Amino acid sequence: MENSMTPQINRDRCDGCGLCVMVCWLDGLVIINGVVAIVEGVECDWCTQCEAVCINEAITCPYEVILG
Amino acid sequence: MKSNIIPRMELLKASPYFSGLSITELEEVSRLLFERSYERDEIILAEGDETGALYFVASGAVKVFRASADGKEQILAIVLPEEAFNETPVFNGGINPASAQAMTPVVVYGLNSGDMEAVLRAKPQVAMNVIRIMAKKLRYLVSLVEELSFKRVISRIARILLDYAGDGAAAGMRLTQRDMAAMAGTAREVVGRSLKELVENGTIRMERHRIIISDRDALEDIAEQSF
Repeated sequence: MENSMTPQINRDRCDGCGLCVMVCWLDGLVIINGVVAIVEGVECDWCTQCEAVCINEAITCPYEVILG
Repeated sequence: MKSNIIPRMELLKASPYFSGLSITELEEVSRLLFERSYERDEIILAEGDETGALYFVASGAVKVFRASADGKEQILAIVLPEEAFNETPVFNGGINPASAQAMTPVVVYGLNSGDMEAVLRAKPQVAMNVIRIMAKKLRYLVSLVEELSFKRVISRIARILLDYAGDGAAAGMRLTQRDMAAMAGTAREVVGRSLKELVENGTIRMERHRIIISDRDALEDIAEQSF
């Protein structure tokens, strides 16, 4: 099930380059079998750096926009 | 995981700067390269310094940015493996127009401006390649200047947020910064700056994966502004 509190991963697009893993200052991402995965329990702070460095748009950080 | 360092020859073969060169010519260029490593967050180049080398990213990601006097940061580019940065002082002389910082552990290959000049003189194909690359960069920067100076993007971003906002009960559509950039016809970096500005002027709040519109009327005013 998708977790809206963590970045979204499109496994088909991921080429396992690992740039997102290196840019995540919380160490919240790992490469497993050549594809990025979220480390269980990580509290992503939505810095969106992983999305910024991913040329394949395999990892994205969507915002929910709500009226306050 | 392909976060390995791209070998020199492989990088040169992939680089648009050196397309059209023979293997022997690429090997000549390869011998001129020097290698440097940086830790995450380390400054590779500081705006205003004299560096005089063209850098190619062999692994990791590099942020190229300018900082204003009040500390605001404008990201000009995120440079990924096989791509280059710091062209301006190499071809034009003088100081670095922007800073470069390692976003991850980074390895770069550098080519000193004197060596680059020798390559340009000896291999006109490289000069043609440089002209094409510079023209492409100029096109990008002209559009960035237009967006920043005429401030049209922030109005478009305000409109997008209003159009896609949910009321809290029904969830709104989820948008990435790249989605918003595509909708507003701009670069992702400009969206980041616009969102920051909207936070600073109190019209929105950003709480992790949520953008909360805290002053709808003010955001409507911004969306309606034409510059």
